[in-house]
Amino acid sequence: MAQISEKLLPSSTRARQHETIVDEDEYRRQRRAKLERIGKWLMPLVVLVLMIWFWNRIVTVNEIPHYILPDPVLVAATLAADLALLWQALLVTLKITVLALLVAVIGGVGLAVLFTQSRFVEMSLFPYAVILQVTPIISIAPLIFIYVDNRTVGLLLCAWIVAFFPVLSNTTLGLNSVDHNLRDLFRIYGASRWQQLLHLQLPSALPYFLGGLRIAGGLALIGAVVAEYVAGTGGIGSGLAFTILEAGYRLNIPRMFAALLLIAATGVVIFLVLSLLSHLLLHKWHESAVKREV
Amino acid sequence: MQDSDQSNGDLLLAMQGVGKTFGTDVEALRDMSLDVHFGDFVSLLGPSGCGKSTALRIIANLISPTRGRVVWSGDNRQGSVGVVFQEPTLMPWASVAKNVWLPHRLSGISMRQARPKIQQCLEIVGLEDFSDSYPRELSGGMKMRVSIARALVTNPRVILMDEPFAALDEITRFKLNYDLLKLKENVGCTVIFVTHSVFESVFLSNRIAVMVARPGRVFEEVAVDEGYPRDESFRTSSNYAAYCRKVSESLRQGIEAST
Repeated sequence: MAQISEKLLPSSTRARQHETIVDEDEYRRQRRAKLERIGKWLMPLVVLVLMIWFWNRIVTVNEIPHYILPDPVLVAATLAADLALLWQALLVTLKITVLALLVAVIGGVGLAVLFTQSRFVEMSLFPYAVILQVTPIISIAPLIFIYVDNRTVGLLLCAWIVAFFPVLSNTTLGLNSVDHNLRDLFRIYGASRWQQLLHLQLPSALPYFLGGLRIAGGLALIGAVVAEYVAGTGGIGSGLAFTILEAGYRLNIPRMFAALLLIAATGVVIFLVLSLLSHLLLHKWHESAVKREV
Repeated sequence: MQDSDQSNGDLLLAMQGVGKTFGTDVEALRDMSLDVHFGDFVSLLGPSGCGKSTALRIIANLISPTRGRVVWSGDNRQGSVGVVFQEPTLMPWASVAKNVWLPHRLSGISMRQARPKIQQCLEIVGLEDFSDSYPRELSGGMKMRVSIARALVTNPRVILMDEPFAALDEITRFKLNYDLLKLKENVGCTVIFVTHSVFESVFLSNRIAVMVARPGRVFEEVAVDEGYPRDESFRTSSNYAAYCRKVSESLRQGIEAST
């Protein structure tokens, strides 16, 4: 069993081969790949610039007043001018979102583990998790704020209800997707329940969990924003959603746009951070994170 | 690698009238008796549904027999077994070394303590330079070798192999067949090998249990009286052809008798 014939060529050798042996077909394939690499970044930028230009034209040509549709330039200026105020609001919303996501992870994973340890717990509780998920949060939120005095806790509860289900359902699916032979192997070597969970089920569930987490990140933000709309208390310590509401009452449309922009940007950043986390944890072994060589 | 107080030829385990019925009416295995001695290479050969995998799972104590029992020699403990499945069955998130560590890890032995043994087993299968690789970086044949190294790491009294090479291409399979024989000579282990290939079973084993389906049972035991070491020349010898003919004939008769 000494020699291993299937050792991979070092990648540099392969790269050189690509440069030297280039037929027509291969040349076209490489060119397409190159164009796609550039286009992936360039095309969305072009669309963005076009849309802003188009927006600006509509406003200028039709002479639309800024309290109906503000010019993109005005939105940018407002964003800069109100940044201190908006930043404070953003931090409030972000705090709720991150906390809700954290509790969703603890609650979702905890409950999923409980489900796999006892079928009876799963049978008893899973239907209610589904009911909680399918009932629109906007219709539960007013009730929550009647019974929960602490505003932060109320917001957190709303965001958590929305965010925890994808974590729960994906993690449950992952914990149950363990390779049967591996399970047998663990039994043969006398693994305890705890060892099986720690060394087999949790690692197997990781890719599923991370998929759920990415969905939950976006949902936690939505939950936080919706809850703020419902809670609607003003003054110091209000989040971005309330800032939008308030600006709407005052017909400060540019500020509404500026706040909206920040919420969207926050959502994107959350998604990117969670995608990065997913990549860091999986890139060594999981198919979804491994770059395929053509 | 076997227990030092045992020598070749002593009885290791005996299946005594073992039967298994799944549910109320699916009889997977009927009245199977089989003696396995130290140093044996026993093949369970037969078509799909003949109960060969069921027999293996009963020996591994993964399922309990409906009738009969499996008796182990010595203190009659269920001996330590190593298992190799048809799939390599590696943990994709763990490196090769960590995969081979698994049996020890589960019994609380640290990586530091287990390291020399892990390295030795990887050397036996020719993968000593790959201990930090991940399974996805290896070819099918190499993954299988890791799986074999993992089975060896506990010095098992018997290694159970469930069609381990069935999913590999023929060239890799021949190579691994030969390597398995070498390994058996070097470490002196006992193997129970499930296969549906007549050629593979004759090349590897000293005894072949020909099994038939509906219900699964042993039709006939064929001894391959060809000593070890064997090498690739055995594959082309007239003896080999004769044994293949004999086993094929037995298989044919068994299938005829059962339909």
